[in-house]
Order: sequence, then structure tokens, then C-alpha cells
Amino acid sequence: MAAEHAHSAHGDAHGHHQPTGLMRWVTTTNHKDIGSMYLWFSFVMFLVGGVMALIIRAELFQPGLQYVEPEFFNQMITLHGLIMVFGAIMPAFVGFANWMVPLMIGAPDMAFARMNNWSFWLLPPAGILLVASMMVPQGAAATGWTLYPPLSIQMGMGMDMAIFAIHILGMSSIMGAINIITTILNMRAPGMTLMRLPMFCWTWLVTAYLLIAVMPVLAGAVTMLLTDRHFGTSFFNAAGGGDPVLFQHIFWFFGHPEVYIIALPAFGVVSHVIPAFARKPLFGYVSMVYAIASIALISFIVWAHHMYVVGMPVAGQVYFMYATMLIAVPTGVKVFNWIATMWRGSMTFEAPMLFAMGFLFLFTMGGFTGMVLSMTAVDVQLQDTYYVVAHFHYVMVAGALFSAFAGAYYWLPKWTGYMYDEKLGQIHFWLSMIFFNVAFFPQHFLGLAGMPRRIPDYSLQFTDFNQISTVGAFGFGMSQLLFLYVVLKAIRGGPKAADKPWDGATGLEWTVPSPAPHHTFEVPPVFK
Amino acid sequence: MTPKTRWFRKSGLTVIALAFSLYAGLSQAAYEVNFQTPATQLGRDVYDLHMWMMYVITVVFIAVFGMMFYSIFAHRKSRGHKAAQFHDNVAVEIAWTIIPLLILVVMAIPATKTILKMRDTTNPDITIKATGYQWKWGYDYLKGEGAGISFKSNLTTPQDQIRNKAPKGENYLLEVDNVVVVPIGKKIRILTTANDVIHSWAVPALAVKQDAIPGFVRDTSFRADREGVYRGQCSELCGKDHGFMPIVVHVVSAGKYTQWVDDQKKLMAATADDPTKTYTAEEMKARGEKVYATNCAACHQATGKGIPGTFPALDGDKTVLGPKEAQINIVLNGRPGTAMANFGKQLNDVEIAAVITYTRNAWGNKTGETIQPADVTAGRK
Repeated sequence: MAAEHAHSAHGDAHGHHQPTGLMRWVTTTNHKDIGSMYLWFSFVMFLVGGVMALIIRAELFQPGLQYVEPEFFNQMITLHGLIMVFGAIMPAFVGFANWMVPLMIGAPDMAFARMNNWSFWLLPPAGILLVASMMVPQGAAATGWTLYPPLSIQMGMGMDMAIFAIHILGMSSIMGAINIITTILNMRAPGMTLMRLPMFCWTWLVTAYLLIAVMPVLAGAVTMLLTDRHFGTSFFNAAGGGDPVLFQHIFWFFGHPEVYIIALPAFGVVSHVIPAFARKPLFGYVSMVYAIASIALISFIVWAHHMYVVGMPVAGQVYFMYATMLIAVPTGVKVFNWIATMWRGSMTFEAPMLFAMGFLFLFTMGGFTGMVLSMTAVDVQLQDTYYVVAHFHYVMVAGALFSAFAGAYYWLPKWTGYMYDEKLGQIHFWLSMIFFNVAFFPQHFLGLAGMPRRIPDYSLQFTDFNQISTVGAFGFGMSQLLFLYVVLKAIRGGPKAADKPWDGATGLEWTVPSPAPHHTFEVPPVFK
Repeated sequence: MTPKTRWFRKSGLTVIALAFSLYAGLSQAAYEVNFQTPATQLGRDVYDLHMWMMYVITVVFIAVFGMMFYSIFAHRKSRGHKAAQFHDNVAVEIAWTIIPLLILVVMAIPATKTILKMRDTTNPDITIKATGYQWKWGYDYLKGEGAGISFKSNLTTPQDQIRNKAPKGENYLLEVDNVVVVPIGKKIRILTTANDVIHSWAVPALAVKQDAIPGFVRDTSFRADREGVYRGQCSELCGKDHGFMPIVVHVVSAGKYTQWVDDQKKLMAATADDPTKTYTAEEMKARGEKVYATNCAACHQATGKGIPGTFPALDGDKTVLGPKEAQINIVLNGRPGTAMANFGKQLNDVEIAAVITYTRNAWGNKTGETIQPADVTAGRK
């Protein structure tokens, strides 16, 4: 016993017996180290995908072809999508989960610590495969992130690299999900029943089940693509008895729950930040949990609303329209609950709260355009136009990314032990908020007027809004460098953070010192 | 006046001047913020449905964010507001579950009516098949007045405009050589299919968008009630020139349509190719150059150099310089798994013979051979 205690004391002091330098990070099984690596990986990928977005926007600044050829433009839209979804947003929230789930439930680490290491270290090879696919003959996949055949059958080796990358990313996600489920279900502190679980853990528990359900579906779809490409099968080739639309059904059966895989943890973060800065408990905890569960369930039965113009029977269109509209109900419940949490609170507006407000406002806008798109007859006009691009960027960027920023600012003091520069954090928010809207709001108008998405050049009537959008996109991209600066500054020093730097914050994560020591909760705390 | 105030005044004037020029620019520009003006009754239904939805959204927006911004304004610590500690209210929670549900049910009614109307493609007056190719549209008038008319529709915007070497025309990227002509007030059914990858036939003002899926036939329909020219674009990513295969529909009066049908039939009879005839080398090369420009140059380039790593060069290519049978086979049947399409379905034997003759005698290729349509006919067997 004494030896064990001594060992953990050493561990707290950055461990004499552990490898140091690079090997520390390669071999680590510590949830905090792995969480940090996830977060840094996702930020690097966010910058890579962001540069690609700026290449796209630069080409679209004016009509005509200026900077890139159409083939390369199509590769950029593909990699931008894949990298942002699988490389940036998803790992960011897995990073949050790694850091915060054990701290929130009073567990010493994740349930499967070695598997945790492996699920992180699968990511860099996948990221390298995606980025390196640009350098092979014929370049990267130029199909859009949706990889629709038969176009994806025509691609070169870059497509195979993308397929392999998706396989690896899927494995990583499934392992991460199993780890999170096991941790949450088995390692909670005494007294923490499921209905007293912190909301972030609830959202991740449901998300992890979604991941386990749909990542194998995606893996199946891309494997069928692979065998169609190289082994003579005809899953998606009508001439051989297959159907190109089959791929779309399988892809979106994965793709729609994927939207909530990204959105639910974002909801979780916001459900911590808003009560903390309103100094008031989360309103309607039980209905929040049921709303999360219903959103997750409904997400499995709406996939074909991405496919209203493929020519499905009208009965199918009507069914998918009703099911899609239904999602507005639990989503509305969540929005109302957050506003009721703020209502009659005692609010302050530090950077995490600003980003949570930004999330709430812009995500709801994305929800409104989602309602417009749910109506089949209107969607037929808007399908594959910039309206859809605007809609999902409101949900993905203003939704998931803003929530990730809210979470990062909220927990940075716990991670680094120092307060970040509040003023710069607020400037980061306002720049992001303004430029995001400059970049994406005009795209609604472009889509309504009929500008198709995924085109490298456009007719003259679309020029003005495209120029505004490009200006906004560059502003938004540059603003993110400020975030990097704020984070680096907070890591290097600053005012010492208290154990609980936010006076309204609640939860076990604030009972450990700041920065959180290498090992925490080796003896389970008693929850309330 | 100190230098500093002068600087202020000067920069102030600059800002004002900039703001004015920006405003002038904005007011001249065409900032369309809604759907294109519909030219069909169904289009107006969709337009109205969208507007109706926007009114509902506006009301919800004001209600929800009115609450939020009031709360942000009033319930802040800096104003000394003390936090209440309530965190549940079953009645309120049931209300804000049921009320949105009721709003949705009300909205679902017109939405359902419109989609049922949109998908009714029965009893058309004229049926036209639209076939998507990488990267052009082919049209076959199948039934009704004009049946038998068949043509391909290619982008006519010159490369110089796309490459910013010439000023862009009014209908930049939305102009084609052969337009779809339809009579006003008649129900037109469009069957869509594709030859290679998925395309999508879309014309916003006619409120139609239908994917064209290789190996399958889908349909959509419209009944235009306003004469005019309506322009749309391929709306499903179909490869490199996805942005360069527009759709142009002319809606004309019944009389003009009959006239157009007559002209088309005469034109088709006059230009019908005779695949049994023997052509001279010069005839074949001249014809082949045109066929090459509309069908091959997008990938293999007008210079025959292709795009390294993506599309092979034909200048000096060993298939082009090798036995003619092999090249005929590739042009007829394509190369599966690549963007090389099976032109056997798109071009007739004379056109294929001509374009092969051209490639074997253009740029640095000097085989001196003339391929005859009979060679292609043989290759089809």
C-alpha cells in the first residue's frame, strides 16, 4: 500500500518511472495526455481544413477560373469536408470527453487506458493518408465528402487512400465510443446515479451509442465502393445489377446520425457553460435527457431527406418530410430549456458564455433553415444549392465549433492552471461571430437564387454575394489564429487559476486542483 | 490646424468617400434575396410555401430570441440581478413540446399538398428524355408534338471568358448551342437518365430538379405559363466540368413551337449522316475537329496534351498511333473505371470515324490514315 501511494505521488510530480519526451506521448495511457493530444490533433486538422476552405473561397471570389483548376477545386471540397468532419470536429469532442468525463464522474482514468492510446494514435496516419492523397497521380478524391458512385469509381488512387483513411478513423471512433460507454456506465463515483450524471456525460453516452451504430455502416459503404473499384463487384453499377442510389441510402444512414454525433456533445458543453455563467441550475434536466435520447432515435429514421431529388416514391418523400419535421420538437425543447436556464439568472459574459450564446443563436438559425429544407417541395428547389451549404455550416461551425470554443475557454484554467487572456478571448468571439455571418449568411441568398454548390465558377448574377462571403471566410480563418495565440499564452502562464475559477460552475471537475494533476480521483469521491 | 487634425479630417473624408462608393456599388448590384420568379403554377406554390414558412419562422424567431435578449439585458450580474434557483416546471415543459408539434402539423398540410402536386407527372402533352453526359446534356423528344427530335446541348461560353482573357458575356456559363424548346401551357414530362455518373437536371424558375441516374429513368414535369428563356445548371457533382453543363429552356407560343419542330426535322434530315458512304481525308479531318472540340477537348485538351496525371495526352499516344481497331474499341466502349466514356452511345459512326481520323492526323500525330464509318460499324459488332 505504501509503495503504491509513493508511486502515485511520483506520478503527480510528472513521474520518474515514465518515459519522457516524445515517448511519453507515444506510450501514454493517461486520459489527460490523450485528451490533450486529441485536442491538438483536431486543431491542426482544423487549420489544414481551413486553408482548403480558403482556397475554395479565393477561387469563388470572382467569376472565371483564377487560382485553381476545376479538378483541384473538387479535391479541395472533398478534403475540406472529410478533414473537418472526421479530423477536426469529431476528435475535438473526443478530446473533451477524454479530459472531462473521468473528471466529471470521479473516475481515475478511462476504462480501457491502452485502447485509449491506440484510438488516438490511429488518427495521425489517417490524417496523413487524406492529406498525402493530394500528391498521388490524379490527386485526391474529387467527389465531395459524400463520395457518391459512379463518380467515385472513376477516381484514381486518392480515392482508395480516402477509403482506407475512413476505415481507420471509423475504428478509432468505435474504440473511443466503447471506452466512453464503459467508463460512464461502470466508473461513476458512489452516489452518481444515471439521472444525476453531468449533462456532458449524458450527451456523450448517447453519442457513443450512435457511433457504434453507424460507423460500421459507413465502413460497409466504403468497402463496397472499394470492391466495386477493384474486385469487379457491382453494388453500385446498374449494368451489373446494382444501383448507384443504394450507396446514398447507406451513406446517409450513417450521415444523418453523424450530424448528431457532432451536435450532441456540443449540446453537452453548452449545458454546462450556460448554468455556470447564469449562476442557476440547468432548467429541465430530465426533459433534456429525454430530448437527447429522442433526437438520437429520430436521427436514424430521417436519412433520405438528403435524397429528395433522387426519385424516390412520393410516399417515401412524405414520410421523410414528417419524420424530419419531428426533429424540431426535441431540438426546440433543448433551446427553450437553455433560455429558461438563463431566465432570471445572474449572468456574466466571459468568453465561454459568449460562445455558448453565439452557439445558441446561430445553431437555432441553422435549425430554422433546417425546417425550411425539411419541406420536400421547397427542398427540391434548394437541394444541392448554396442554401444547403449555409444551413449545415450554421449547424456545424456555429453549432459544433462555437460550442467547442466555449468548452475550451471554460476548461482551459483547469487544464493549464492559468487563466486565459479574457479580453483576447472576447475579441476572438466577436471576430468569429461577425465574420462567420459575413461568410455564410449571404450563401442563403445565393442558394435561393439557384447557385449550385460544388462549382468552381459561376454566372455573373452570383458575384456580389460570393465576394462578401469570401471576405467573411478569410476574416473568420484569420480570427482563429488569435485563438491559437490565446491558448499558447494560457499554457505559458498568466494569473493562477483557482480550483473553481467560475463562481457559478458545479461538478466534480472543479474539486480537483488547477491544473488538474496527472492522476486524479485515485480514491473515488463521494458525489454530494 | 495641427498636422494631427488634418490627418483626421483627411482620413475621415476617405472613409466617407469609401462608404459612398461601397453604397453605390451595392445599390447597382443585383442582390437577389429570394427564389427566381416562378414561371409555373407549381413554382408559385413552392414560392408561397417558402414565404409562409418564413413568416412562421419570423414569429418564432422574435418570440424565442426576444426572450433570450431580454434575459441577457435584464438578468445580468452587472445590473445586480440575483439568480433565482428554479429548475423545473412540468406545465411549461409540456406546453413547449405540444405547441411546436401543433405548429408543425399545421405546416405539414400545405407542404404535403404541394409535394403531391409536384410529383404528379401523369398525362403529359410532350415527353422529353434528358440524358446527362460528362459534361453536356442530350435531349430526345419521345412523345407528343416534336417526337423524334434529338440533339446534344453543349456550353457555348468561350474558354477565353472562363480564363479571364475576354470580358464575360451576359449569360456567362448559362448559354448552350442547342436549347430545349417547349410550348407554353402544355404539360412537359422530363425523363432523366445518365450515361456515366449521376447528374441532376434543374431549372429553378420552372421549379424542377431531378437527379439523372445512370441505368435508371426518373421523371419530373412542368407546365410553363410564361414565355421566356429559363436557365439552370447541373446540380449534382459529376466531375471536372460539373459547373460547365447548363440547361436552357425556351418556352414559346404554340405556333412558334410548331415552326421550331418543322425546322428541326428539316435540319435533321439535311444533316443526317450516311454511314455507308466513303469520305475523303479532308472531309473527315474537318468534321473530326468539330467533334473533338465538343466531346474530347474538355479532358484531352484542344492541344491533345491532356492534363498530366489526370487525363492522358493523345498527342504521341501509343493507342492513337497503333492499330485502328484498338482505338475504335476504346472510343466506342470507353475505359471502365475512368472518365473515358463509351461514345458509341453518344456519337454516330460517321462522327466517331471522323474524330478518330482527326486524332490520328492532328498535332504531332502523322499516320496519314483515314478511318471510314464502315470501320466503326465493323467495330460495333
